[in-house]
Amino acid sequence: MDAAARDPALERSPRRATGRTAHVLADLLYVLTARDIKIKYKQSVMGLMWAILMPAIIVGAGMLVRVAMSKMSGAPLSPDSLASITVKALPWAFFISAVRFATNSLTSNASLVTKINCPRIAFPAAAVLSALFDLAVAIIPVVGILVWCGVPFGAALLWVPLLLALLVLLVSGLGFALAAANLFFRDVKYIVEVILTFAIFFTPVFYEADMLGEWRFWILLNPVAPLLEGLRSVVVLNETPEIGWLIYSSVFSVVVFVGGWRLFYTLEPAFADRV
Amino acid sequence: MSDVAIRFDHVSKRFALGERFDSLRDLVPSLARRVLGRPAEATRSGDFWALKDINFEVRKGEALGVVGHNGAGKSTMLKHLAGIMVPTKGRIEVDGRLSALIEVGAGFHPDLTGRENVFLNGVILGMTRGEVARKFDEIVEFSGLATFIDTPVKRYSSGMYARLGFSVAAHLDPDILVIDEVLSVGDFAFQGKSLQKMRSIAAGGATVLFVSHNLKAVSELCSRTVLMDAGAIADDGPTSEVLQSYLARERAKLREERQGHVRFRSVAMRNATGSTVRFKPGEKVWVDVTSHANEACKNVAVVVQVLDEQLGDVFNTSNERLGHPPIALEKGQSCSVTFELDLHLTNGTFHVGVYLYQYEVQREFDKILPAVTFFVESDVDVRGGANLYPKVVATKVTSV
Repeated sequence: MDAAARDPALERSPRRATGRTAHVLADLLYVLTARDIKIKYKQSVMGLMWAILMPAIIVGAGMLVRVAMSKMSGAPLSPDSLASITVKALPWAFFISAVRFATNSLTSNASLVTKINCPRIAFPAAAVLSALFDLAVAIIPVVGILVWCGVPFGAALLWVPLLLALLVLLVSGLGFALAAANLFFRDVKYIVEVILTFAIFFTPVFYEADMLGEWRFWILLNPVAPLLEGLRSVVVLNETPEIGWLIYSSVFSVVVFVGGWRLFYTLEPAFADRV
Repeated sequence: MSDVAIRFDHVSKRFALGERFDSLRDLVPSLARRVLGRPAEATRSGDFWALKDINFEVRKGEALGVVGHNGAGKSTMLKHLAGIMVPTKGRIEVDGRLSALIEVGAGFHPDLTGRENVFLNGVILGMTRGEVARKFDEIVEFSGLATFIDTPVKRYSSGMYARLGFSVAAHLDPDILVIDEVLSVGDFAFQGKSLQKMRSIAAGGATVLFVSHNLKAVSELCSRTVLMDAGAIADDGPTSEVLQSYLARERAKLREERQGHVRFRSVAMRNATGSTVRFKPGEKVWVDVTSHANEACKNVAVVVQVLDEQLGDVFNTSNERLGHPPIALEKGQSCSVTFELDLHLTNGTFHVGVYLYQYEVQREFDKILPAVTFFVESDVDVRGGANLYPKVVATKVTSV
C-alpha cells in the first residue's frame, strides 16, 4: 500500500506515563502556576490583598441582599447567614475566576502553543491551580469571620476536602473544554463571560436553596449548587451534606472532567493550526 | 536499533485558505441556513499545500542543514518535526529525545526576572526543575548575563533576551537538536559562541537539524544540506553542492531577462584542491567566466568584483584594466576568461560579481551579482574584509 495513502499518523514516542514524563508534567504545572501567581501579584500594587478583595466584594454584595431581604420579610438577620454567604462566596469566586482564566489560557499562551511542543493540558490546569491558590489565601480571613460568627467547628469539616475536590474537578473539566473551544470559536470567551455574570442568580450563593421552597429542586440541578450547599452544611451547620445531591454533583463533575479531558486531547493536534 | 534519528515519510501538510468559521456568531447562522436548505456561502477559497511529499532521513549524529528562501516551508517542516503540527498525510518517525528551538525565548514573560524565566523556559522546553537547577550556573555563565539575572527581562535589550533564550536551549542535552534561525540575533561575538556551542553539541553525538539563512554557518556546521522550495525538497546532498545549486537558483531568479548582445554563460570559482565554496585566507583561486555573443560585438571588457556580505565593494578589476585586450566576438561565438586571485581576505562571507562592459560608451551588456558566494575561514580572529595578516610583536605597559 502506498505510504501516502495511509492514515495521517505521527509516530514518535507517545505520551507514555513514564516516570520522566510525569515528572516533567508536574514540574511544568508548577512553573506555569507559579508564573501565573507571580504575575498576578507583581502587577498589582495590593499584592496578596487582591486574592481577598474579590471574595470580599461578593460577600459584601451578598450581605446587602440579605439585609434587604430581612427588612422585607421582617425576619432578623442571624450571624449564621453572614457565615453562609462567606462560606459560599469564596468557592464561587474561585469557580468564576478559574473558568474565566482557563478559557483564555491557550490564546494567552499562543506563542508557546505554536512554538514549543509541551503538554498543552498544563495551560488550563495551571490556570485552575493559580485560582486555587487565591482561594487558599482567602481562606485565612474567612476562618476569622467564621470564628467571629460563632460557628461550631465540628467533625463534619472532614467533608470539606471532598467537596472542594469535586469543585476543582468540575472547574478543570469545564476549563479544558472551554480553552480548546475558544481556539476554534473566538467568541466562546464572550459567551462564557455573559454566562458567568448571570450564573450567580441561578446558584445559591446569596441565598440558601431551602429558601426557594418548591423551586429548591430546580436550583440544585445546577451542579455547583449541591457543592456550595454542602459546604454550608458541613462548615456552618456541622451537618452531613445531602448524600443524594452530592452523588449527583460527583457524577456530573467526573463526567465533565473526563469529557473535557478527552475533548482537549481530541482537538489538540489541530491547536497549532488554529492559533 | 536502527541508526536513523529522523525519518520523514511522504509528509504533506494542507492549510485551508480563505475565510473559515472561527466564531460561533458565523457558524450558527450558516448551520441554520443549511438546515433550512439554503445554499451555504462558499467559505473555502482553496487549499494550500505548505509541505509536499517530504521524504528524507537523518542518521544519528548527523548535522543536517536546511536552507531555502522565506515561505519555502522550512519552519512548517520543523514544527512537524517538533510535534507542534500534525501532517495531513504521511508519517514522521523520531527516535530519541528531541528539543526544538523554533523561537529564541518563546515563553519568556517580561515581568519575570531572568532567573525566573530560565526556570520557566527550561521546564517548558522539557527539563525537570532539578535539571534546570543543576545547570543554572552554566546557563547564566554562557549567557554572560550574571549581573542582570535578577532583573525583569522586560528591561533587557533584544540581544540580551536572545542570549538568555539560546543559553537555556543550548543546555537541554537532547539526542536531537532542532534549531531555527537563531544566529540572526545577538551580537557578532555571541553568534560565534552559539555556533561553537552547536558544534560541540553535534560533536557530542547529538543529531542536529539546523535551519538558517546564514549560509556560512550552515556550511561550517553541516556536512549535508536539504534545500526547500515551495514546500518540497528541491535538493539534498553534500552542503557545498547544495549551497551552490541554491545560490544558482537565487541568481537565476534575480537575473533580469535582458537581451544584451553578449551574455554570461557561466561563472565558477575554484582553488587548487577543488573547493568551490570554502577557502582559506591567502589561498590562490581562479574565477572562470564564460560569455556568449548573441550579436557580433567588440571592445567588451570582463569586470570581476569581490563584495562583502553587505554587498560593499572590496575589490574590482577587469581584463582590460589589467592590460589585456577587450574581447571581440562574432555572432554565436563564446569566450572564456580566467582570473587568478590571491584571496587576502578575513573571516566572512563574500560574493563575486561579474559585468560585461564597454568602456568607451559606458554600456553594460550583462551583470550577475552575486555570481558566486563563498566563505573565507581564518584560524585567527580577523574581521573587516582585507586581511593584513597581523601579529602582535610587542606589548608595553608604562606608568607615568
